[in-house]
Amino acid sequence: MVMALHSRLSQRAHAPELLERANLVKTLQLTDLCLFTEARYTRNPAMADCFAPFQDHPTALEHFPSGSFVTPPTMRVHEHSP
Amino acid sequence: MNTPLNRHGNILDFAISSLLRRRSKNFSLLVVYTLIVFVIASLIFFVQAMKREAGLLLKEAPDLVVQRMIAGRHDLIPDRYKEQIGAIRGVTAVTPRLWGYYYDQVFGANYTLLVPEQKLVEPGSILIGPGVARNQRIQVSDMLTLKTSSNAPLLLTVQGIYPSSSELISSDLIVLSAEDFQAMFNLPAGYATDLAVTVANPQEQTTIAAKIAEQFPDTRPILKSEILRTYDALFEWRGGMMVVILFVAVLSFIIFAWDKATGLSAEERKEIGILKSIGWETSDVLLLKFWEGIVISLTAFLVGVVLAYGHVFLFSATLFEPALKGWSVMYPHFKLTPVIDVYQLTILFALTVLPYTAASIIPAWLAATVPPDAAMRS
Repeated sequence: MVMALHSRLSQRAHAPELLERANLVKTLQLTDLCLFTEARYTRNPAMADCFAPFQDHPTALEHFPSGSFVTPPTMRVHEHSP
Repeated sequence: MNTPLNRHGNILDFAISSLLRRRSKNFSLLVVYTLIVFVIASLIFFVQAMKREAGLLLKEAPDLVVQRMIAGRHDLIPDRYKEQIGAIRGVTAVTPRLWGYYYDQVFGANYTLLVPEQKLVEPGSILIGPGVARNQRIQVSDMLTLKTSSNAPLLLTVQGIYPSSSELISSDLIVLSAEDFQAMFNLPAGYATDLAVTVANPQEQTTIAAKIAEQFPDTRPILKSEILRTYDALFEWRGGMMVVILFVAVLSFIIFAWDKATGLSAEERKEIGILKSIGWETSDVLLLKFWEGIVISLTAFLVGVVLAYGHVFLFSATLFEPALKGWSVMYPHFKLTPVIDVYQLTILFALTVLPYTAASIIPAWLAATVPPDAAMRS
């Protein structure tokens, strides 16, 4: 009960900050959250290729720890690599 | 008055005093149990809050991002694509985006350099994310030196730092002018990193993306819905480390419940024998073990969930930080807005409290069916 109340109150209290962040996303035309900065495909997973972790060279192995958290982008409607 | 409620109350009293008699054993049991619930609940809270945050923030992302692909890799896109895409019916605006990455050799950090659509900074000035300020130990009006692609130093004055509340999106950002971006990377004239496309009717986004892909076969349009889906799937329970953490926690719980289910201690068996010899029915013994199981598992569940809530929402999931940080030097210090997913917590409850309670009843039932004298002698 206390958790639910705290959650509701926090959501209300954090609403202006959330709006501020959303405005920043709009102004800077951002596409990703800044969660993992160690590799391109973990910094911007939405913009990465589906094969991103293995793109550096043939038989390249995924070696960034955050790569084990970040799943490849979901199958895109117009995904192709000319 | 001997009502069923009184009977349960009396058995619960006896169960608690019985648990307190074996204080050290039950306390260690409670600690392990709480720890398992804590890990799983922390994961649930973290993932749900992150998904919610991503969903709310990335609703403001560009409707469509068009990337150019060469030899299977993302490449710079010529400005002439802008006019042609802008001419497609339903497209309101096409904005070339200039952005890239910069690796700071001194601090070993990766920054994202970005030119805003509207002019927010003059040449020579920058806006930086709180992570960059922390990493570089700089403040407003300080100078930041970046190395250009020709190895020349580029001096930039910090005009402002984004608030720490925006760290989840701006931590590693360096917002600079188009002139400074050009000086940094020496891009060929008339090229951008990608194009942000605004579509008047959200329902037409897929059709317009299809038209772009048809007219420009060397491009890859990424829809806003695909960006949102990527983040929805990012912390999917099936994904990498998540499944490892879940697997380990569930396995520990199974071992733990199995240990409980496979037998009672000699002392507990003797206690059941004594209870039976003084007139307790088998159903009473089972009720006693049921209440003992409920007291332990419910306490562990409630304490574990409350601790997990505090860990994720008050202490920013500090225990997950080393794993999430990986090898990156910068990790955003963000506070997540609390979200409680009743459905997920109910599943956690069903997966932890119920099996444990059932596991504690089965051996008691086996012991309670043995004649009291045999149980006391064992």
